[in-house]
Amino acid sequence: MPNLCVNIAGIKMKNPFTVGSGTFGNDGEFEKFFPIELLGALTPKTIRSYEWPGNPPPRLAEAAAGLLSSVGIPSKSWERFVKEDVPVLKKIPIPVIQSVIGRTEEEYVEIVKKCSDLGVFAGIELNLSCPNLKQGGLSFGSDPQASESLIKKVRKQTKLPLIAKLPPDYSNIVNVAKAVESAGADAIAMINAPRAMAIDYKTRKPVLGNKVGALSGPAIKPIAVYLVWEVYKAVSIPIIGMGGIVDFRDVIEFMSAGARAVAFGTINFIDTQAIPRALKDLENYLIENNIDDVNEIVGCAHC
Amino acid sequence: MIKSVKAEIVENKPIAPEFFRMTLKAETLASEGLPGQFVMVKVSPNLEPFLRRPISLHQINREEATVSLLYQVVGKGTRLMSETQKGKVIELLGPLGKGFTWSDSDRVVALVGGGCGTAPLVALAHSLLEDKKEVHVLLGAQTKEKLVCEEDFISMGAKVKVATDDGSYGHHGFVTDLLKNLIHDVALDMVYSCGPLPMTKEVVKLTQEASIPCQISLEERMGCGIGACIGCVCKVRTKDGAFTYKKVCKDGPVFKGEEVMFDD
Ligand SMILES: Cc1cc2nc3c(=O)[nH]c(=O)nc-3n(C[C@H](O)[C@H](O)[C@H](O)COP(=O)(O)OP(=O)(O)OC[C@H]3O[C@@H](n4cnc5c(N)ncnc54)[C@H](O)[C@@H]3O)c2cc1C
Ligand SMILES: Cc1cc2nc3c(=O)[nH]c(=O)nc-3n(C[C@H](O)[C@H](O)[C@H](O)COP(=O)(O)O)c2cc1C
Repeated sequence: MPNLCVNIAGIKMKNPFTVGSGTFGNDGEFEKFFPIELLGALTPKTIRSYEWPGNPPPRLAEAAAGLLSSVGIPSKSWERFVKEDVPVLKKIPIPVIQSVIGRTEEEYVEIVKKCSDLGVFAGIELNLSCPNLKQGGLSFGSDPQASESLIKKVRKQTKLPLIAKLPPDYSNIVNVAKAVESAGADAIAMINAPRAMAIDYKTRKPVLGNKVGALSGPAIKPIAVYLVWEVYKAVSIPIIGMGGIVDFRDVIEFMSAGARAVAFGTINFIDTQAIPRALKDLENYLIENNIDDVNEIVGCAHC
Repeated sequence: MIKSVKAEIVENKPIAPEFFRMTLKAETLASEGLPGQFVMVKVSPNLEPFLRRPISLHQINREEATVSLLYQVVGKGTRLMSETQKGKVIELLGPLGKGFTWSDSDRVVALVGGGCGTAPLVALAHSLLEDKKEVHVLLGAQTKEKLVCEEDFISMGAKVKVATDDGSYGHHGFVTDLLKNLIHDVALDMVYSCGPLPMTKEVVKLTQEASIPCQISLEERMGCGIGACIGCVCKVRTKDGAFTYKKVCKDGPVFKGEEVMFDD
């Protein structure tokens, strides 16, 4: 049996598979389809430090080989999260990486501290796609300085591995990756879904209730693979790669580009068996190709 | 329990212009599915189109372990469904959502259906009649040709009235005109509704004015059908007069008429 274990900044995963935050429900939706402990780690939906309703419908539209969505990260209050979700998350027998978001540095600091103090999580993922309210709405993750300043502040709040999840929307993801590394981030998750929109040709108005959304699914995979390729060259912290993964071939592609772990996102909505199937197929692939350790393929496309 | 099932198509044929009925051999759906619940249909063997399509359970036949879907061809997904041959196996996820409910104390009920919204009402009428209720069915269609399921309801023993937009059959006008008259003539314990949004809103309005409880089945664009993507939400009133978003796929698709907030 080949080794499938990977280590993301001290988070020991028994295989390289996690899920894209926000694509795996938050109420045990997938436990009916396969045991959650099949995953190397679980990344639940992003939470905020305050209650938030999310965006008005319609929140979804179909795109060629993808999904256009504008859910808007609805969030329950912190008190309800602690009462309703934390007891469930505590029982999950694999590392749980909690994703968090804020509109200001202070909100990020608050939610990171609160999550860290719970003592339940194996790591914290910072969703950097939120518009920075004090910077005219540019997302934190689009600006190297804003990212660096933010990571430095939250770094002081926690000893847990900090994973910066980067948006691909501006052409400086490499500089942002370098900035978060130097500010003390332990790993990078990439890519979040790029901003996108659709306009109904009949009404000539935006299709989504929020007008602007994000594109996910196979449509974005080549972009995601390329960006992982570039960031891998620029930083030495591990990368969790994602964007359009549907099967084991995509997993190998991302890992060859430089990802040490991978996340299954939108495909979970369409095929509830995608993860268990890909895991089995990955194992078979490694055996057939005489690869003893999955870590051997990380970044192998660069040599 | 929600399951991913592979079901053989026993029959798939047109029953009216644009409308098809697909019958599937699907044991768990037939034994566990309830009126108002739906399935997510994988309409092609590959990922094009990308999303599965939500379709209601139209007939639930426990004895023969089959379920039927009644669908209107409106785009590429339903077109692909209509082109899938009898004998082929198709993948579905279900049964999904919360369906219609009824209680022993309800005696006389009305079902209001418009267009493809008529589909789930057939399974509902079947259950209600089994439960010995007096069932009135009001159907709306664009034209006589596009009216579906009238005979199904009649043969079950429901009392059926029809409205068409063009007056080619039955009442010339809206199906909600028929509901207005029925409310006037008969003491209804519950009204069930499934159809286009303007119809649903009017049903809610009429039943509220008459203080009759009502259940409506809503449609939203869906991603996963199981509550994971939080994509298909509707506004539901909270006690403090504000609103919260609920998932149409998991908290619905059937809601109480009074709880849903419609914009405008
Ligand atoms: C819970 C539920 C149960 C349903 N049950 C039935 C049923 O029993 N029979 C039936 O015929 N249909 C039913 N529908 C509607 C059906 O899902 C859509 O008609 C179908 O998904 C269209 O797919 P398509 O690929 O053919 O069309 P597409 O090419 O996807 O779309 C065609 C047109 O319809 C619009 N559209 C598609 N889906 C929706 C939607 N959900 N709301 C508003 N506009 C939409 C698109 O924007 C486009 O303009 C149900 C929907 C829901 C949510
Ligand atoms: C409906 C939906 C909701 C999402 N919610 C979140 C979220 O809450 N936090 C986050 O960091 N990413 C979120 N994402 C982004 C995914 O985690 C992932 O980064 C992106 O979709 C690319 O991967 P994919 O193409 O495999 O889906 C969401 C994506 C979708 C489609």
